[in-house]
Amino acid sequence: MQTLLVASRKGLFVLQGEGAQWRIAAHHFPGDPVTQVMTDPRSGHWYAALRLGHFGAKLRKSTDQGATWADMGSPAFPPKPTTGPLAEDPVPWNVELIWALTPGGAEEPGVLWAGCMPAGLFKSEDAGQTWKLNKPLWEDPRRMLWMGGGNDYPGMHSVLVDPRDARCIRVAISCGGVWQTADGGAHWDLTADGMKADYLPPDIEQDPNAQDPHRMVQCAADPDVLWVQHHCGLYRSTDGGRHWTGIAPPAPSGFGFAVTCDPRNPLRAWFAPAQSDTFRYPVGGKMVVTRTDDGGQTFQVLDKGLPSQDAYHLVYRHSMALAPDGKTLALSSTTGGLWVSPDAGDNWHCVSRDLPPVAASGWVTTG
Amino acid sequence: MVTVEFAPSLRRHVECAPQTVAPGSLRQVLEAALLAAPNLAPYVFDDQRCVRKHVAVFINKTMTLDRQRLDQPVQAGDRVLVIQALTGG
Repeated sequence: MQTLLVASRKGLFVLQGEGAQWRIAAHHFPGDPVTQVMTDPRSGHWYAALRLGHFGAKLRKSTDQGATWADMGSPAFPPKPTTGPLAEDPVPWNVELIWALTPGGAEEPGVLWAGCMPAGLFKSEDAGQTWKLNKPLWEDPRRMLWMGGGNDYPGMHSVLVDPRDARCIRVAISCGGVWQTADGGAHWDLTADGMKADYLPPDIEQDPNAQDPHRMVQCAADPDVLWVQHHCGLYRSTDGGRHWTGIAPPAPSGFGFAVTCDPRNPLRAWFAPAQSDTFRYPVGGKMVVTRTDDGGQTFQVLDKGLPSQDAYHLVYRHSMALAPDGKTLALSSTTGGLWVSPDAGDNWHCVSRDLPPVAASGWVTTG
Repeated sequence: MVTVEFAPSLRRHVECAPQTVAPGSLRQVLEAALLAAPNLAPYVFDDQRCVRKHVAVFINKTMTLDRQRLDQPVQAGDRVLVIQALTGG
């Protein structure tokens, strides 16, 4: 039996099942928006990020598979300087959203990383009890040029710890491109070369600091291979994210938010297309997933079991999740649809069309 | 002394009984009351230690508009009530 955690506008759902048979086994934090969920494969502990409408972003942790939850410390910005260049920072130094939660390396069991909105990167060395802002990235003057991608402020939604070396971390920001560090966060390089933002003036459309990667994922078996669903199309890198190659937009659309990739096969990835940034729903009301098995050269359109007409689901960037088996795929939407495929997207089974809007989902890997 | 109470919507996350603290500025009063439940402070204050924009603080029957300085004097016998503002959510 497999377990899927679904972070929704009205709580965290625990789904259990296999094949075509799934059920909601538990509902935690009912009524509270949950923005991210993560199971730590090192400890088996579950983490849930809440965005309480009145009381801010909070982090909860369960060490017993959801039987009980503890209120953890939450990432928080230090006092904003009152003098110097940062005093003029127009971005509020308040964490409004925990958007990414990522375990550190296998050899550093208490380390967690959190990407937030505004786009600060935070590190915990005590399994989420306390957090510290990564100042080298936050204080980089280029950060002042980041933009909010459909939000009031820039946000960091993807934080990837390299499985070969936990000091190597890559992050993606809407809108602030892709950044990476080789020394645990002391120094950062802006590495979005090759990306193109069509909506910018022609002279700056290739500015790496202005790119809007919607989601970035990394192949565990070949970590130099990364994929990005960008606001303006799809990208793949084979050199650890230093350079990016555009992928010809597959039918029916190259626009979307979510991407997930095969942990063992660097040539395979899935996308959840929407029509365009103006029309954020499936092309023609027909919901599909696209999959490439050859590094983006060609794509298959996967639709068996997905709504074929009058469907207005949007899949957010963290709402398509591949199980560790490399073939069980979960797809969830802003209009409360949830589908699971047991065979890498070839066939889909509807689990529910009645959930709250889904922000993120993740498979339980241990515990 | 000053009485400080937190609404049930806050206490559902972190329990805190009504507190009795010394008079002072509103910040001094709130900080003193939150010593009884330090984990409640991030629900009331944002990262910059300002009252969150969707939290309302009343001194007796008057809602305080300042969220940053919190230098308004609170007198002995006053009652401070911290609630969720009827916004957002």
